[in-house]
Amino acid sequence: MKPAPFRYHRARDLEGATALLTELGDDAKVIAGGQSLVAMMNFRLARPAHLLDIAGLRDLDHLGVSADGGLSIGALTTHRTVETASPDRLGAGFDVIRDAMAWIGHLPIRTRGTVGGSMAHGDATAEWCLLAVLLDAEFLAVSARGMRRIPAGEFFFGYYTTALEPDEILVEIIFPRPAPRAALTEFAERRGDFAIVSAAVDLDVEGDVVRGGRVALGGVAAMPVRVPEAEAVLAAGGSFRDCAQAAAAAVDPPGDGNGSAEYRKHLIRTLIVRAGEEAMSR
Amino acid sequence: MKPVQDDRLVGKSPARREDPRLLTGHGRFVDDIDVPGLLHAQFVRSTVAHAVIAEVDLTQVRRVPGVVAAFSAADLDLGDITAQLARPLSEFVPTAMPVLARDRVRFVGEPIAIVIARDPYTAEDGLEAAKVTYESLPPITCEEQALAAGAPLVHENAVRNTLVDVSLFATEGIDEIFDEAHCVVQVESKTGRQNALPLETRGAVAFWDSREEQLVVHTCTQIPHQVRTVASRCLRLDERAVRVIVPDMGGGFGLKCVVGREEIAAAAAALRLRRPVKWIEDRKDALSASFLAREQHYTARAAFDAEGRILGLDTDVVCDMGAYSCYPFTAGIEPLMASAEMPGVYKVPAYRVRGRAITTNKAPTAPYRGVSRPQYVMVMERLMERAARDLGLDPVEIRRRNVITEFPYTGVNKMTYDPGSYLESLNLCELSLKDAGWYDRQAAARTEGRHIGIGYSCFSERTGYGSGAFAQRKMEVVPGFDLAEVRMDTSGAVTVTTGTISHGQSHETTMAQIVADALGVDLAKVKLHQGDTDRITYGWGTFASRSIAIGGSAVRLAAVKLGDKLRAIAAAEWGIHPEDTELDHGRIRRRDDPDAALSHQHLADTAYLRADLLPKDIEPGLSASAVFDVFNDGTFSNATHGTVVELHEGTGQVEILAYVCVEDCGVAIHPQVVEGQCRGGIAQGIAGALFEEVTYDAQGEPSATSFMDYKIPTAHEIPEVVIHHLETPCAFTATGAKGAGEGGTIGAPAAVLNAVNDALRPTGIELNDTPIRPETVHRAVTSVVLERTP
Repeated sequence: MKPAPFRYHRARDLEGATALLTELGDDAKVIAGGQSLVAMMNFRLARPAHLLDIAGLRDLDHLGVSADGGLSIGALTTHRTVETASPDRLGAGFDVIRDAMAWIGHLPIRTRGTVGGSMAHGDATAEWCLLAVLLDAEFLAVSARGMRRIPAGEFFFGYYTTALEPDEILVEIIFPRPAPRAALTEFAERRGDFAIVSAAVDLDVEGDVVRGGRVALGGVAAMPVRVPEAEAVLAAGGSFRDCAQAAAAAVDPPGDGNGSAEYRKHLIRTLIVRAGEEAMSR
Repeated sequence: MKPVQDDRLVGKSPARREDPRLLTGHGRFVDDIDVPGLLHAQFVRSTVAHAVIAEVDLTQVRRVPGVVAAFSAADLDLGDITAQLARPLSEFVPTAMPVLARDRVRFVGEPIAIVIARDPYTAEDGLEAAKVTYESLPPITCEEQALAAGAPLVHENAVRNTLVDVSLFATEGIDEIFDEAHCVVQVESKTGRQNALPLETRGAVAFWDSREEQLVVHTCTQIPHQVRTVASRCLRLDERAVRVIVPDMGGGFGLKCVVGREEIAAAAAALRLRRPVKWIEDRKDALSASFLAREQHYTARAAFDAEGRILGLDTDVVCDMGAYSCYPFTAGIEPLMASAEMPGVYKVPAYRVRGRAITTNKAPTAPYRGVSRPQYVMVMERLMERAARDLGLDPVEIRRRNVITEFPYTGVNKMTYDPGSYLESLNLCELSLKDAGWYDRQAAARTEGRHIGIGYSCFSERTGYGSGAFAQRKMEVVPGFDLAEVRMDTSGAVTVTTGTISHGQSHETTMAQIVADALGVDLAKVKLHQGDTDRITYGWGTFASRSIAIGGSAVRLAAVKLGDKLRAIAAAEWGIHPEDTELDHGRIRRRDDPDAALSHQHLADTAYLRADLLPKDIEPGLSASAVFDVFNDGTFSNATHGTVVELHEGTGQVEILAYVCVEDCGVAIHPQVVEGQCRGGIAQGIAGALFEEVTYDAQGEPSATSFMDYKIPTAHEIPEVVIHHLETPCAFTATGAKGAGEGGTIGAPAAVLNAVNDALRPTGIELNDTPIRPETVHRAVTSVVLERTP
């Protein structure tokens, strides 16, 4: 469990970093908190010839609400920073993001792991990826070629695969609007494990009446997915239970040692109801 | 007259002697040991479960920059590690375990070659350059395959892949008892393969000391002297020429009470190269290629009369021991333990048992805390609960009618149980859960459609296995006695050596308490040395809850002897009889004159520096040694565990709401240490019941090689445990103590399983296999929901 040989580079500024990435191409991996990459390297499942450490780019460690009410998070912001952020820093209507942090691994992981790292890793059960899909996050990626904005719907491609090009560095994630009636929940055998299934909802509520909303699931496909069939139930005034039933019927989850497809569907039915009730209690 | 103050340390919980060191990062573990010029070893391991090795080519390995050497079995020519039982071949088939695989590999992860490099990273680069050519053989990955007619053989000499097949007991007329019984219940149970998983993985640092003409091996083992014996035999050295030193250890749990191949190979490489070599097992190897345990299959039935009294027990147990017999215990460890002790705390009049060990293409097994008892207790307790259900009896009441209450009791298994508190612990445990309101809460929950269950387990734990018990097992290497030495220097400080070796059990404190009381000295004056074969004459190490029962007795006897010598020296100075003196707080006092006293320092000065003053019949110096052994059936600790669980319909999660342990380990030397043993053991038992399983695919490839898949529970999953102590002192240990190391692990799986089944009672579904995963619970719970739906 020791990594294969690699060359280590420490980025001093973003420009230098992107220039180096352009030069190194596919042989390089960007490392920030290292909470997923180092483990994969120790198993020699990942064998980058070069590691570009961007942890020193402190400009990428920021968290705050922009003038248009969106939440902008620097890629190097740690999960723990978000978890402990004061209400004025996080902004009104983003409690769902703060509360989701408790589901990420354990305290040491949250203390080192970064938002950008989690997004770029693209785990199908990662809380950040699910939040991005649920809340239409936008990703800012920078390369020597310039900066581009990638909507969440175009960011995740499949198992550990994102739209980031080898020469790009993810610098910022923007959650464009508050989601005051949103919630994320999940189930795993042990607290801190990758979820077997995770579920998140973002409800449109008038008074106490749900007019519609978004439903997203993790652990049921190669990447987090929205479930239009379930959202249609909410828009039509259906209950959370009906919504959950529709979601379970709509997806085709994998079966593995952590649970069969049938069991995952059962968890979907449980967790969407839980997430819905939690969102309504906000 | 001032009130009598009990100033004995035994029975109190003074601050642990080892804590300041361990808690401030000053402990020294194997991986902390550095030696100038240290090289690092890793192992080329089999990537296939079963194959003939056609070729091992290390040419490219040796060319990797930074690789110093690479050795295969052919390069080192080492003796095999072979564990033996003195039983006929029809009952026991030995397996020769080569230090490095020679012509055949039998599990994924089996060591084939050792690569030595300047650093651990380069060593792994070297592994990747090894070329091993395999001729595949069909893997045997489960009991069904192993026992199938015409199955491929894991070992050519083991017919039907069976290493042990013993029927220890078969009461005459037992078939008639079952035929005529009012009630017969049956339980089939399979328990998952587990890893004992010490926090510190295995490891060794070995080097040749040319001045001492000795191979020094620092390694984390529970049995230093036995590692020395095996190393000297495999390497063909005099035993004197091997020194095994055990530094601080981060747990063992039995996994380290067998001799591993890697530490011998690392020592062999150090000897060959005349350079120091370190091997630290990484977690992936620890999870897949180390020693495993616990995979058993029981088919058991029990006969009862109408009042719920057990009439007979009939059991067949098959233990999947993996690829090799472990040294020194052999593959007999699990089936023989289960066979000998399954009747447990109950008055079972008739008993028949067949115990088998089979060999498969999986990593071999070693003893793991509890050894078979977690499983057979679980099966016995399931039989009790099922009989209670069939007979309409309360599950606690049926146990009350069957537990042994008169001692000594000689059972159908020919074992004599010393006194315990079987009934008392059961009653107190039930009372504790009742007083906490759990029965009322369960009843209320059921009306709300919630699934709350209460479960118990009632068991005893044979501890202090001495030479007598192991000889009964017909081991050719019979562990048992322990030898302690106690010395006092001229400052009055006391040095103790013992053959036991603490790997988390606080022996530095508990042994010191025993010595401090026996000699009348302060705890701080006593220092324990353990785990160095050059400092300790001989020892059997620490396993089977033997250390306090046997080692602690030897320590006490030696300390008493030394106290007698101090008294004799004092008596000589006073010209009185030693009987007229007594030990008192660092001094010897005259009984007839409370004001006359001689300090230990003064007496030690006489013993060492003024030996001319000693009478002829007193030897100079202040040291004493004692041997203790147990030739009867050992001493039985006992406990009752009770737990309350809730099954969550939405997820299938089993949540433990309450856990009570009523334990009796005789005199508790240090109650806090005993409680620590209970809590840790219970956590491991819960792990086996609900979480952990070493799994393999059809090709024999391990599929749980990291903590992502091997689900060791964390503090979140383990409940707070309420512990009550009862004390039935042991009559034949020198301290009244019984062993306390394994009970927690033994009792927890049964209690949890019974609670889960109690919660499932309305469904009519029973779960008897472990671990019980959420998906299984979900299926069981939702089946009743469907029935309830109109």
